[in-house]
Amino acid sequence: MSFDQMYREVILDHYKNPHGHGVIEDADAEADGQNPLCGDEVSIYVAFGDDGETIDEVKFSGRGCAISQAATSMLMDMATGRTASEVATMDKDELLEEIGIPLTPVRLKCAMLGLTTLKVALHKAKGTPLPDGLAGFDELELT
Amino acid sequence: MTRVPVDTATKLDARTLRADFPIFEQEFHGKPLAFLDSAASSQKPRQMLEAMNRFYETSYANVHRGVYELAERATEGLEHARERTRAFLNAPTTREVIFVRNATEAINLVAYAWGFWNLKAGDLVVVTELEHHSNFVPWQYIAGKTGAELRLLPLTEHGELDLSGLDAIAREGNVKVVATGLVSNSLGTINSLDKLVPWAHEQGAIFVCDAAQAAPHMKLDVQALGVDFLAVSGHKMCGPSGVGVLWGKAELLQKMEPFMTGGHMISSVRADKTTWGELPHKFEAGTAPMAEAVGLGAAIDYLEAIGLDKIHAHEQELTEYALGKLSEVPGITLYGPPPDRRAGIVSFNLDGIHPHDVAQILDLSGVAIRAGHHCCQPLMHKLGVAATNRASFYLYTIPEEIDQLVDGLHAARKVFA
Repeated sequence: MSFDQMYREVILDHYKNPHGHGVIEDADAEADGQNPLCGDEVSIYVAFGDDGETIDEVKFSGRGCAISQAATSMLMDMATGRTASEVATMDKDELLEEIGIPLTPVRLKCAMLGLTTLKVALHKAKGTPLPDGLAGFDELELT
Repeated sequence: MTRVPVDTATKLDARTLRADFPIFEQEFHGKPLAFLDSAASSQKPRQMLEAMNRFYETSYANVHRGVYELAERATEGLEHARERTRAFLNAPTTREVIFVRNATEAINLVAYAWGFWNLKAGDLVVVTELEHHSNFVPWQYIAGKTGAELRLLPLTEHGELDLSGLDAIAREGNVKVVATGLVSNSLGTINSLDKLVPWAHEQGAIFVCDAAQAAPHMKLDVQALGVDFLAVSGHKMCGPSGVGVLWGKAELLQKMEPFMTGGHMISSVRADKTTWGELPHKFEAGTAPMAEAVGLGAAIDYLEAIGLDKIHAHEQELTEYALGKLSEVPGITLYGPPPDRRAGIVSFNLDGIHPHDVAQILDLSGVAIRAGHHCCQPLMHKLGVAATNRASFYLYTIPEEIDQLVDGLHAARKVFA
């Protein structure tokens, strides 16, 4: 694989100019996620529309590699306008298709950090299902 | 008899030694492997692999209690490895040499079997901001369970231990444990223990030294260091994974409760009471990592035949070369002390490019480095970063690998320009 195949233009664009980067004060839902492998951190903030279900605005802050930042940036676009339960059941392949590059297991964790954290935020606010691998966690362990 | 390279020249010849390591016979992504991640785990010389194989093929049976010749041969193999390890560490006796899985287990052994029984509220456990999680988390955990408190020795701007606050710490409580690494796996800092060990002993504390990152690169002498416990991992020093060593002073080990209980570590077992075996067996419950210990003994033979002084000098030369080349890369931040006070480890960041991305692009260039927190999150916090890139060198590292690294960094800058 060449550098260009790995770091497609669209990945670099999202990395350099991330969509939905920032903080929502008084967010309806929020969560912090960490990738213990590299110490990366992301916080996700959600504001629902008047129906209390549809994601009106979603933002993220934190630090991470190009893959994690670009994937989270793409996710912000994908999640806006969907309901909490739609996002909670969103398949990871949908995001992976958007990213569009082959990822090793380690980089897969980078790519999934935003989606996992968003699902945790929605779970805490709306009781939607937790993402795979976190199911069975005690509420108190989720930050 | 194993062929070991006896080098009578003043410098080691990394190019020749490289031929002992089968891993370098492969290419990655169509390029020769530039393996710059030896601080995580070293590659393995054929001599060590052959010694393990030979043990399995000719001398393998469970050790210690068998009366047949094969079991005796296996016991001899294990105990010979113990003697080699004793000599390597200049320990007074093999009774003080305990085989464990790795340095982490060695430190947990002390934290549980000494710390759990001797720490209480009002006591202090002193570690440093430089510690690998292996010498940090066990102490934080046991301190938390016993009511003792953890204190962190800070670092200077060069990533060296700042000892100016020792008196203040001593006034805050009873210092019972001082736990410090000899060489930082993140920054490569070689810590001087000259002041810290006597200070610990003045406080009545035990001194626990994590030497996992030092043992591959420098001559160790537990008696000269003056420490009470010392932990080593085999896999970082050309030995196999799955074996490490805890050395501890017999007088302390004797008074300690066991860490794990079960087979082999007993003297006698009755329905109502069990008594513990003699040292070192009291701390070696279950079947030992026999072949792995034999491998470690062979790795020690290998390293000593080359000469640890030569290995150390080779790494310092490479570190100086690497720091010079890397400092010319635009946007680079280098961490850690000057080359004469560090082992063959260089941590750095490239402005605007996350270490994961740097490491990924380097991988595509055939260069293996580590990107992440290096199991040193307190240090990363201190440096104000989530992660760094780390290139580390060993006896088989050649300057071309560092050139390959620098070329890869330029490529990374181009991708992210």
